Amino acid sequence: MAEYKKPTTEQEYLDNFAQKKPLMNPTEAYYESSRCLFCYDAPCMNACPTGIDIPLFIKQINTGNVKGAAKTIFDSNWIGNACGKVCPTGVLCEGACVYNGQDVPPLQIGRLQNFATEQVIREKTPLYAPGPDNGRQVAIVGAGPAGIAAACELRVMGYTVDIYEAKEKPSGLTVYGVAPYKITNEEVLDEMEYLQNQMGYDIHYQSPITTKEQIADLEKRYDAIFLGVGLGPTATLGIEGENLEGVVGAVEFIEELRMQKHKVEVPKNVVVIGGGNTAMDAASESARMGAENVYLVYRRSKDRMGAYGFEYELAVKSGVKGVFSAQPKALLGEGKVNGVSFYRTKDVNGKLEYGDETFTIDCDMVIKATGQAKMGSFLQMIDGLELDNRKRIKVNLESYQTTNPKYFAGGDAVNGGAEVVNGAYEGKQAAKGIHAWLNAL
Amino acid sequence: MAGFNNIELITDRPLIDNLKEIEEVKKYFPDHAVIASLMVETREQWIQIIKDVENAGADGIELNFGCPHGMCERGMGSAVGQEPAVLKTIVEWVMDAAKIPVITKLTPNISDIREPGLAAVQGGTDALSLINTIKSIVGIDLDSYAPYPIVDGKGTNGGYCGPAVKPIALHMLRELAQHEKITKTPISGIGGIETWRDVVEFILLGASSVQVCTAVMHYGFGIVREMEAGLIQFMNEKGYDTIYDFVGKALPNVVEWKNLNLKHKVVANIDADKCIGCQLCYIACDDGAHQAIKITEGNRIPEIIDENCVGCNLCSLVCPVEECITMEKRDDGTQHLTWAERTEADTIPTDFNDDRAGGKGHFVPTVQDALKHRKG
Ligand SMILES: Cc1cc2nc3c(=O)[nH]c(=O)nc-3n(C[C@H](O)[C@H](O)[C@H](O)COP(=O)(O)OP(=O)(O)OC[C@H]3O[C@@H](n4cnc5c(N)ncnc54)[C@H](O)[C@@H]3O)c2cc1C
Ligand SMILES: Cc1cc2nc3c(=O)[nH]c(=O)nc-3n(C[C@H](O)[C@H](O)[C@H](O)COP(=O)(O)O)c2cc1C
Ligand code: SF4
Ligand code: SF4
Ligand code: SF4
Repeated sequence: MAEYKKPTTEQEYLDNFAQKKPLMNPTEAYYESSRCLFCYDAPCMNACPTGIDIPLFIKQINTGNVKGAAKTIFDSNWIGNACGKVCPTGVLCEGACVYNGQDVPPLQIGRLQNFATEQVIREKTPLYAPGPDNGRQVAIVGAGPAGIAAACELRVMGYTVDIYEAKEKPSGLTVYGVAPYKITNEEVLDEMEYLQNQMGYDIHYQSPITTKEQIADLEKRYDAIFLGVGLGPTATLGIEGENLEGVVGAVEFIEELRMQKHKVEVPKNVVVIGGGNTAMDAASESARMGAENVYLVYRRSKDRMGAYGFEYELAVKSGVKGVFSAQPKALLGEGKVNGVSFYRTKDVNGKLEYGDETFTIDCDMVIKATGQAKMGSFLQMIDGLELDNRKRIKVNLESYQTTNPKYFAGGDAVNGGAEVVNGAYEGKQAAKGIHAWLNAL
Repeated sequence: MAGFNNIELITDRPLIDNLKEIEEVKKYFPDHAVIASLMVETREQWIQIIKDVENAGADGIELNFGCPHGMCERGMGSAVGQEPAVLKTIVEWVMDAAKIPVITKLTPNISDIREPGLAAVQGGTDALSLINTIKSIVGIDLDSYAPYPIVDGKGTNGGYCGPAVKPIALHMLRELAQHEKITKTPISGIGGIETWRDVVEFILLGASSVQVCTAVMHYGFGIVREMEAGLIQFMNEKGYDTIYDFVGKALPNVVEWKNLNLKHKVVANIDADKCIGCQLCYIACDDGAHQAIKITEGNRIPEIIDENCVGCNLCSLVCPVEECITMEKRDDGTQHLTWAERTEADTIPTDFNDDRAGGKGHFVPTVQDALKHRKG
């Protein structure tokens, strides 16, 4: 089990969050790319949500056409660099690589992808230019992966694009949410700058759209509107003690960590509540910030967790202890949290049951990772915009047009919370949907 | 590495240094043979240099009639190897003067290797060796538009060697070894030998010794350990005591096309348990062969369409999995008919539409099927 010392400098922080997928050097990229079989109807490509022509870009790396490889990647996926680093490749492209069929390690597709895109970003090689102005304007709400992908695609087709973003930085959860050992802030923001410099869309930072008046104004000024607002803050547990000091939401905790880095204070004893990937991240991040005891508590059994197995493994490797079949009863303490009491649960044919038996875990901090709230109240302000029973925006799955024809949407707000690569795909599709719709009018 | 290309000439060191080294090598390794590789111009020079290397202790001489660059422009190397009459004359001079055995080394830069081979034998050579390097241009620099290696902005053809030249060398070796007037002359096989398997193959095609250049330049003399160990293991497993037990053992099986059995029938078979679903076999057969492999929606493992398979074995060559695609024998082994026999019996096809060509039953895809991979 790894023991992490509390980081006191940025360097120590970076060491504790050493990159899981470091940049390949040209020699490694050459040898790794030579392994690719150039499969027909390649399964890796079919498993990539954005359908990148993987055998082609790997062959291009192998033949010394790294710039061409980067273009192949960005042609399908505008967030190609971040995706190479943060995609759960083991369950996507790499999980589908045919080599798995003979127990040979699959191609390291994510790292190869990154090898190509990092080079053009670092060298600022222009690969795209905006299309001739077509006189039409599109507003985008949210500069996350979905919004940025939509913006790039719309610019290629000659639209003028304005993005309204609540926060100070672009890329949404890629910079504010993804675990720091997957990608650094600089890597995320360099790609954002690279894209914006080429495509020339405007981003209005710290400009949340929150009122009916703002919405009416956007509808008046723009021909179409894309919603890439993602999900909301961490959902509440609805139990006693949630307002105690030391009780935080996972998304908020991670955002602070990504922005403040080593300056974030993580106490000795941490309880993380939840069984999804965000819970795994928050737990393993607490451990890497020097917490001595990190308990990851999930209400069902281990195999019922929503998180990917490899994410749980990673948390355990960084020193996290898993506690299963425990449902939080109350957060304890006066003013400040000092423990959590739990019911012991039983899984009876898939239904969770618990009696009176309880136990307590002492701690100085509680991280709630029981899902993100949906953007329901904001979305309800838009006329005719229907949500499904899980508060996701309803769209046509080809055009990503919502039930209000002027609005298109993609990313977490539509899929309920998936990956950066899904946002990148849906944003691009929605841009094509907008183009088709406006041209049919 | 498929091969090296070199534009190096023969030694630029003084002869005396080389002679001294021959002497020293013999002193330290008295049980090993040293063969001096020679190339000079006039009869007097040949007589003199043979005397010199004999005095230095060389056990044999190899006549370099193969260098394809530089030396041939000066009337040596492959310029000699490409002129059987000249070659024969020089071999005669050498045989006249030499007291130690003489190997004549041939160039592959010629359309029929048997001509210089025969000339050398007629000149009286004790043995032959082949191949030397193959005339080559390995690439062009895309900025200066000059061939590699670039010498002050220009390049020249070089000689190619290494693993890529092995198939050419094996074929030339076979042509000499099967020639009735050459077959009794010992042949030393050269060209792309890097592994024990290569060594055994050269011997099976008639070489009673082999030489290695590129592999040693690449990995050092240590690479010979692998060749020796594998060769000995092969000999033990087959029960051979000496190399001569199997020199040329493959030669009877190398025949002209017209003597192949036309009744031989094989069909590809895919081992579904081994298949990893890369579908290289499918696309190779569809785009480059006989459209005899099909894939069904939702299943990555292709299937062979027996009726369409002509047994060309392209799929088994492209399959990345060991022993996954095998060619299964389908004839019962009772029938035998060759093109030569058909010619004799006057049953060969005489025009393109002749039924006797046998291809009339072959599968022809519909236009729609043929265009199914077209993009856009
Ligand atoms: C903790 C955590 C870890 C994750 N790890 C990974 C990972 O390793 N790999 C991976 O691929 N994915 C990961 N994800 C998921 C991934 O980050 C998201 O799927 C992706 O960012 C969704 O993109 P989006 O554009 O839909 O939304 P977001 O990234 O959420 O972006 C939405 C943007 O809209 C802005 N916004 C919202 N409302 C308004 C408004 N009213 N006005 C103006 N702006 C607004 C927000 O400020 C934000 O910038 C993780 C998510 C979390 C929470
Ligand atoms: C750099 C270099 C120099 C060579 N010089 C000679 C030479 O001087 N005399 C000669 O007979 N062959 C020469 N050869 C040819 C080799 O002896 C050998 O015939 C040829 O390279 C094929 O064998 P290989 O594939 O094992 O290298 C040379 C080859 C190389 C690569
Ligand atoms: S985008 Fe993600 S899933 Fe697609 S190829 Fe790249 S790393 Fe794999
Ligand atoms: S499945 Fe693997 S080997 Fe085949 S094309 Fe994709 S990366 Fe290459
Ligand atoms: S080439 Fe081999 S591994 Fe690939 S699909 Fe065909 S049979 Fe399977």
